[in-house]
Amino acid sequence: MHYIHSNDIIQPTLGKMVVDAPYVAEYRKPGQFIILRIDECGERMPLTISDADKTKGTITLFYQIVGTTTKKLAGMKAGERVKDIVGPLGHPTEVEKYGTVVCIGGGIGIAPLYPISKGMKEAGNKVINILGARAGNLFILEDEMSRIGDDNIVCTDDGSRGKKGFVTDMLRDVMAAEQVDLVVAIGPVPMMKAVSMQTKEKGIKTYVSLNSVMIDGTGMCGGCRVTVGGETKFTCVDGPEFDGHLVDFDNLGSRLKTYHVEEKESYTTYNHKCKLDGAVGDEC
Amino acid sequence: MNAKTPRQKMPEQRPEDRKRNFDEVPLGYTPEVAVVEAGRCLQCKKPLCVEGCPVSINIPGFIKEIAEKNFIGAIKVIKESSSLPAVCGRVCPQESQCEAKCILGKKFEPVAIGKLEGFVADYEREVEHLPAPVPGVKKDKKVAIIGSGPAGLTVAGELANAGYSVTVFEALHTPGGVLVYGIPEFRLPKKIVTYEIDALAALGVEFVINRIVGLSESLGDIMKRFDAAFVATGAGLPSFLNIPGEELQGVYSANEYLTRVNLMKAYKFPEYDTPVIRGNSMAVFGAGNVAMDSARTAVRLGCDEVHLIYRRSRDEMPARAEESHHAEEEGVIFDLLTNPVRLLGDENGRLCGVECVKMELGEPDDSGRRRPVEIKGSEFIIKIDAAIVAIGNGSNPILQKTAPDLKCNKWGNIIADETTMKTSVKGVFAGGDIVTGAATVIEAMGAGRKAAKGMIDYLESGSW
Ligand SMILES: Cc1cc2nc3c(=O)[nH]c(=O)nc-3n(C[C@H](O)[C@H](O)[C@H](O)COP(=O)(O)OP(=O)(O)OC[C@H]3O[C@@H](n4cnc5c(N)ncnc54)[C@H](O)[C@@H]3O)c2cc1C
Ligand SMILES: Cc1cc2nc3c(=O)[nH]c(=O)nc-3n(C[C@H](O)[C@H](O)[C@H](O)COP(=O)(O)OP(=O)(O)OC[C@H]3O[C@@H](n4cnc5c(N)ncnc54)[C@H](O)[C@@H]3O)c2cc1C
Ligand code: SF4
Ligand code: SF4
Ligand code: FES
Repeated sequence: MHYIHSNDIIQPTLGKMVVDAPYVAEYRKPGQFIILRIDECGERMPLTISDADKTKGTITLFYQIVGTTTKKLAGMKAGERVKDIVGPLGHPTEVEKYGTVVCIGGGIGIAPLYPISKGMKEAGNKVINILGARAGNLFILEDEMSRIGDDNIVCTDDGSRGKKGFVTDMLRDVMAAEQVDLVVAIGPVPMMKAVSMQTKEKGIKTYVSLNSVMIDGTGMCGGCRVTVGGETKFTCVDGPEFDGHLVDFDNLGSRLKTYHVEEKESYTTYNHKCKLDGAVGDEC
Repeated sequence: MNAKTPRQKMPEQRPEDRKRNFDEVPLGYTPEVAVVEAGRCLQCKKPLCVEGCPVSINIPGFIKEIAEKNFIGAIKVIKESSSLPAVCGRVCPQESQCEAKCILGKKFEPVAIGKLEGFVADYEREVEHLPAPVPGVKKDKKVAIIGSGPAGLTVAGELANAGYSVTVFEALHTPGGVLVYGIPEFRLPKKIVTYEIDALAALGVEFVINRIVGLSESLGDIMKRFDAAFVATGAGLPSFLNIPGEELQGVYSANEYLTRVNLMKAYKFPEYDTPVIRGNSMAVFGAGNVAMDSARTAVRLGCDEVHLIYRRSRDEMPARAEESHHAEEEGVIFDLLTNPVRLLGDENGRLCGVECVKMELGEPDDSGRRRPVEIKGSEFIIKIDAAIVAIGNGSNPILQKTAPDLKCNKWGNIIADETTMKTSVKGVFAGGDIVTGAATVIEAMGAGRKAAKGMIDYLESGSW
C-alpha cells in the first residue's frame, strides 16, 4: 500500500499526486514510468514519473482525468492509500550532450517532459522548451520548465496565453533560426506525428514517448505493441521512447481506441455507483 | 480391492450450464466415491505409475490411505514429494504421466490418480487442516527467489521449512505465476493458489510483490544482499504469427487475453475496471492447453462462435485430451488442417475477419510429425471480431539483460545443471520454464525440489 501525501486537482481535468514509492524514487530516471492499481477492482494504469524525492521516498504524478481510473484517482484524498505501484518501468531517456535540444510538450505531455528537459540541461545542452495547450488555463509546470530552459516558448491554440498557434509552428520558427541537434516531443499522438514529420524533412533526430494500452508492463502480454520501422516493439520494455521518424502513429492511434465502448460503459457504471454509494473507493 | 470396478466418473457441471459461468468444471469426488476409486488400485510391488510422475509421489502409498479412509494420512504421503497437490491433481497431464503407466490401464482403465490427489488436497484444505509444519532450526542465511510460479513457490516452501529466511520477488501484484494469470478459474480456482501462498506466508516467507528484478536492481545487486538466489521467471514472452494484420484492434496474445480475464478479472467487468473484448465470433490460433483455455474463456464471456484454428490434425493437438474434450462439449468449433494467412480489418482498424488456407499432411518433418502443406486455391474467410494468438511463449528476457554472466542458450533459456540446478553464477540457481522453455507445472515443481536440495547443500557446505 502506498500512502498519499497530497492529491490536488490543479485544473478542471488535471490532478497532481505525491505518493509514497521509495523504491521507485530511489531508482527512477527521466523517461520512466510506473503502473498503479488503485484498489482490488482497479485497472493497472501507466503514469509517467514526473518528479521524485529520494529522501522522502515519494514520487509525483500528473494525470489527466479522462475515464474511470483517473476519476477514481482524482477522488482519493491525502492520507488514503493506493494499492499497488510497480516501477520504475521502461527505458530511461538517453540523456547526454547533444548540443541544442528542443523539448516539446503538449498538454499533459509536459509532465513526463519535465524530468527529461531538466536532465538535458544538467548534461550541458542548450535547452529550448516549447509548451503548448489548447487554452491558457491548461498549463502545468510552466514555472518549473521556464527555470530550466535557455529559451521557453509558450503557445495556445486560441492565443489565450503566449503565442497563438500550434507547437509545430513554434518549432518551425526555431528550426529556421538555429541549428537543432535533437527534438524530444511528448503529447497527443497527432502532435507527436506532426512534429516527427517536420523534423524528418530536416533530418533532426526526434524522440517521442508512446502511451500504448498496457497491462503488465514487463513484456509478458504484448498488448502494448507498436510498429516501429516495420518491426513490432513492446512499448513497456523497448520504449516508451522511440525514434519518431520510424513510429507508425496511425496504428498507435487506432489501437488506443480498442476499448472505447467499454471505457464509456465503465465510466457510466462508475458514476452511477458513486451516486448510489455517495462514497468512492471503499469497497471498490 | 477390485480391479474390475469401473473407473469412478468425476461428476461435472453440464456443458450448457458451465458455458455461462467461471466455476470449476469437475465437481470433485465425494469421500465415498474416492474410497471406491482408491480400492481399484492393485498396490503393485513395483508401481509403474510412480515412474510416470516427475516428482515420484508414492502413489500406492497415498492411495492405500484413501482406501482406508485416512485422508490426512494420504495427504502426508503426497506432501513428502509434492507441495502443490491441489494444483497438480487438477492440471497435470496425468494421461501421459502417472496414469499412462498404471498397470490397470493395460486391460481396464487406469486408476484416477490425479483426481484422488486433488480430492485429498481439497479435503485437507476444506475439512481437516494438517497442522502447520514446524520449520527447522532457524539458519542465519538469506535466500532470494525471483518469480512466484510453481517453481519459485516450491523452493520457497522447502527452504523456509529448512529454516532459511526466504524472500520472494514477484513482478506482478499477485504471486502465483501462470497459476494466477494464465490458467483460468474454471480449471484452477484462485482460492487454491491463495491458500498455498498464505501457508507459505505463515511459514515466514516474505513476498515482495510489484518488484521486477533486472530493471533497477539487477541479479548482481540481489546477490549482494542474499546468500543464494533461485531464478524462476518463467516463459512469459508471447510469440505472434507474423502475418499481416496482427496490429489490428481486437488481436490478442493469449497471455494478454488470459491476464485480462484471470488476473484482472475482466469477466466481472464493469464491477472490475479492466475490459476485454467479448466478441460475437472469435478465432483462437493454436491447439495447446493455452489455446483451449483461451477458447473456453471466450465461450464463457458470451461469444457465440469460437473457432479453434490449427494447421495440423487432431492427432497432433498438444492440449490435454480432457481439455479438448471439454472445449468441444462447450461448443468450440475445431477448424483443423487450417492455417491463418492474414487478418483483415475494417476502415477503423478493427479486426473483422481472418483469411485461412486449408492444409493437408505431407511427409514427416524433423519432429516425426507429418508436415502440413497448403492446398493451393483453398483460401477462405471467417468473419471474426477478435482473435487470440496462442502459439507459444519464449523465455522472459528481463532479468538476463542485466545479468551478463548468467549463461543462456540461443533461445534465451538460462542454462542450469540438471541435478543441482546451478547456473554459471556462483550462488544462483534456476529452474522451471525459464530453463526448460514452456513446460508443465509439475516439471517446474520438480525442478524446484532439485534446486532446493542443491541450494541447501551449497548453503551448508559453502562449496560451489
Ligand atoms: C508509458 C505511459 C505513460 C503515461 N503517462 C501518463 C501521465 O503521466 N499522465 C496521464 O494523464 N496519462 C498518462 N498516460 C496515459 C494514461 O495511462 C491513461 O490516460 C489512463 O490509462 C486512462 O485511464 P482511465 O481509466 O481514466 O480512462 P479510460 O476509460 O481507460 O480511457 C478514457 C480515454 O483515455 C484514452 N486512453 C486510454 N488509455 C490510454 C492510454 N494508455 N494512453 C492514452 N490515452 C488512453 C482512451 O482512448 C479514452 O479516450 C500514460 C500512458 C503510458 C502508456
Ligand atoms: C494458459 C496456460 C495454461 C497452462 N496449462 C497447463 C496445464 O494444464 N498443466 C500443466 O502442467 N501446465 C500448464 N501450463 C504450463 C505451466 O503453467 C508452466 O509450465 C508453469 O507455470 C511454469 O512455472 P514457473 O514457476 O517456471 O513459471 P511461471 O508460472 O511462469 O512464473 C514465473 C513468475 O515470475 C515472474 N517474473 C518474471 N520475471 C520476473 C522478474 N524479472 N522479477 C520478478 N518476477 C518475475 C512472473 O511474473 C511470474 O509470476 C499452462 C500455461 C499457460 C500459460
Ligand atoms: S503430481 Fe501429477 S504426475 Fe505426479 S502423481 Fe500427481 S497427477 Fe500424477
Ligand atoms: S500402477 Fe496403478 S494399480 Fe499399480 S500401484 Fe500404481 S496406481 Fe495402483
Ligand atoms: S504491457 Fe504487456 S507487454 Fe507491454
